[in-house]
Amino acid sequence: MDMMIAVILTIMTAATPLLLAALGELVVERSGVLNLGVEGMMVMGAVCGFGAALMTGSPWLGLFASIAAGMFMSLLFGFLTLSLVSNQVATGLALTLLGLGLSGQIGESFVGQPGVKLPNYDGFDPLIPFAILLAWGVSWFLFKTKAGLVVRAVGNSHASAHAMGYHVIRVRYLCVLFGGACAGLAGGYLSLVYTPQWIENMTSGRGWIALALVVFASWRPWRTVAGAYLFGAISILAFTVQTFAWGIPSQFLSMLPYLVTIIALVVISGNRMLTRANTPACLGQPFVPDR
Amino acid sequence: MRLVLEKRAEQSVRMAILSPFIALALTVIAGGIIFALRGLNPFEALYVYFIEPLTQDWAREQLIVKAAPLILIGSGLAVCYTANVWNIGAEGQFVIGALLAGMIPVYFPAWQSPDVMVVMLALGIIGGMAWGAIPAFLKIRFSANEILTSLMLVYVAQYLFDWLVRGPWRDPQGFNFPKTVNFAGWQLLPKWGEIHMGALFALIASIVLAVVMWRMLKGFELRVLGSAPRAGRFAGFSSERATLFCFLLSGGLAGLAGASDVMGVSGQLQTPYAPNYGFVAIIVAFLGRLNPIGVIFAGLLLALSYIGGESAQVSLGISDKIAKVFQGILLFFILACDTLILYRIRIESGRAAQTRAAG
Repeated sequence: MDMMIAVILTIMTAATPLLLAALGELVVERSGVLNLGVEGMMVMGAVCGFGAALMTGSPWLGLFASIAAGMFMSLLFGFLTLSLVSNQVATGLALTLLGLGLSGQIGESFVGQPGVKLPNYDGFDPLIPFAILLAWGVSWFLFKTKAGLVVRAVGNSHASAHAMGYHVIRVRYLCVLFGGACAGLAGGYLSLVYTPQWIENMTSGRGWIALALVVFASWRPWRTVAGAYLFGAISILAFTVQTFAWGIPSQFLSMLPYLVTIIALVVISGNRMLTRANTPACLGQPFVPDR
Repeated sequence: MRLVLEKRAEQSVRMAILSPFIALALTVIAGGIIFALRGLNPFEALYVYFIEPLTQDWAREQLIVKAAPLILIGSGLAVCYTANVWNIGAEGQFVIGALLAGMIPVYFPAWQSPDVMVVMLALGIIGGMAWGAIPAFLKIRFSANEILTSLMLVYVAQYLFDWLVRGPWRDPQGFNFPKTVNFAGWQLLPKWGEIHMGALFALIASIVLAVVMWRMLKGFELRVLGSAPRAGRFAGFSSERATLFCFLLSGGLAGLAGASDVMGVSGQLQTPYAPNYGFVAIIVAFLGRLNPIGVIFAGLLLALSYIGGESAQVSLGISDKIAKVFQGILLFFILACDTLILYRIRIESGRAAQTRAAG
């Protein structure tokens, strides 16, 4: 029984950073913006959160620093793609490359230092329920409030939303900032909860998996929860199998999350009904208000 | 106060030429600020980073050695991105190319004739093409997003490489180091000083691609599909075929780069193997304005950022990780400056914006 609880807890801690980042990106994409820089924002959140917690001794301040770092990065992205209408795909890639580079530089002196761990209750940390609560909040916001309707309108037809008098760019800026905050927090979770230390490139593709999760969940918050927990379970499975050592080389088990991501994308994308109904129609398209 | 973009009647030719240079200037300024923040004399540091390597013979050779894979991969990616096909997994295709080329010395260490070099290079190309074909196939058959699948395959390729080189392919006489046997004789590329034949491949590839893109129907097709997909479809161009073509091309070039790198530089496979060329080549493609000839210059410049990082580490005592920061900042400025080609930027005061709205 205890074993069972331990396994479930590890699945939850593996799923939570994916869930946080994916929920943020979900809102961003619902507003019609494709931010491929999740990995970069996340890794910056991880390093800044770790550093702030180390300096102040408070993991909570660390989490705030993570959020701030993620938002700062997303603001860069927003300025380029929204104010300067640069290519969103390329800018997202740039954000990831910049984040990975900057975090390596910032975190140079943090390598090998013992981190500050967020307090938890028998391994159950407060961010696990927070992430689920956030899914509920995002779902409620997008589908039950007027502001959420505006976000979806901006994402589905920016020209009509603009004609109705909504500030397309302002709405998108806010969504991008929210996405940055979530990705930053997800990064902070990695360096303050999941493995409380700083390792270069410690996000190891989780930002990209979060992006895939949004597609997998066909832009629906609750499906994102299910997807994140499924991925969490799979990555834990890899660890468990490794400890039982069935003669499978560890590298193949480490590949598993990435292979599963590819398979999940294939299965979901092949199903046109599911994706087409929910894909924001203006996803990735730049908008310049004409006057 | 707000930023207003005014669409130009047509692309500004002046800005198209100037924008990479503006981006470069801004990056150098940003670099100076970063050095100053770290308590270094910015001018001296910038000199050490960007100029000093060019004054030394070994560094000039290293520049070309490092530029070769960047140009090979970058010119393929430039074609991809022109056609709006987003292969960002070149790093994986590069690693698989190196792996397949390395297979020959591992299994046939005694094979020595000019053939073996050709076979190894060909295997590198085939490996890169095969690895690139996966996201293309998944995109065409299942419309799975090629950005995500090609990136995921980078991790898969790296773990595959790691497993083979630590496990079945490890050199039995290698004192347990995670590396394969040393390549020998015809299994290595001919060299002039440190510069190996990969540099020649890079030059040929970018010139051929420039001709294809600007003088042949295929290039026209790819450009149309990239800038106006609907028009392309009406003209009878198939975007599926273009996707496959782009992935095979860029994958093959990345594979060739990987094969040349292990056959020309290290002469063995060793893990971890992540020179990051596949990702930096994305920056090269954009800095070269997606033009294969521009990619040559961009590749040399990004190679300088690697060498500068090393020279900064030696002379200034700062980590060569600073190179990655410069590379990231550079891509940001390139993308920002590209806006100037299509738009005129004006800063309006709040009042002017209001009167405009009222009028």
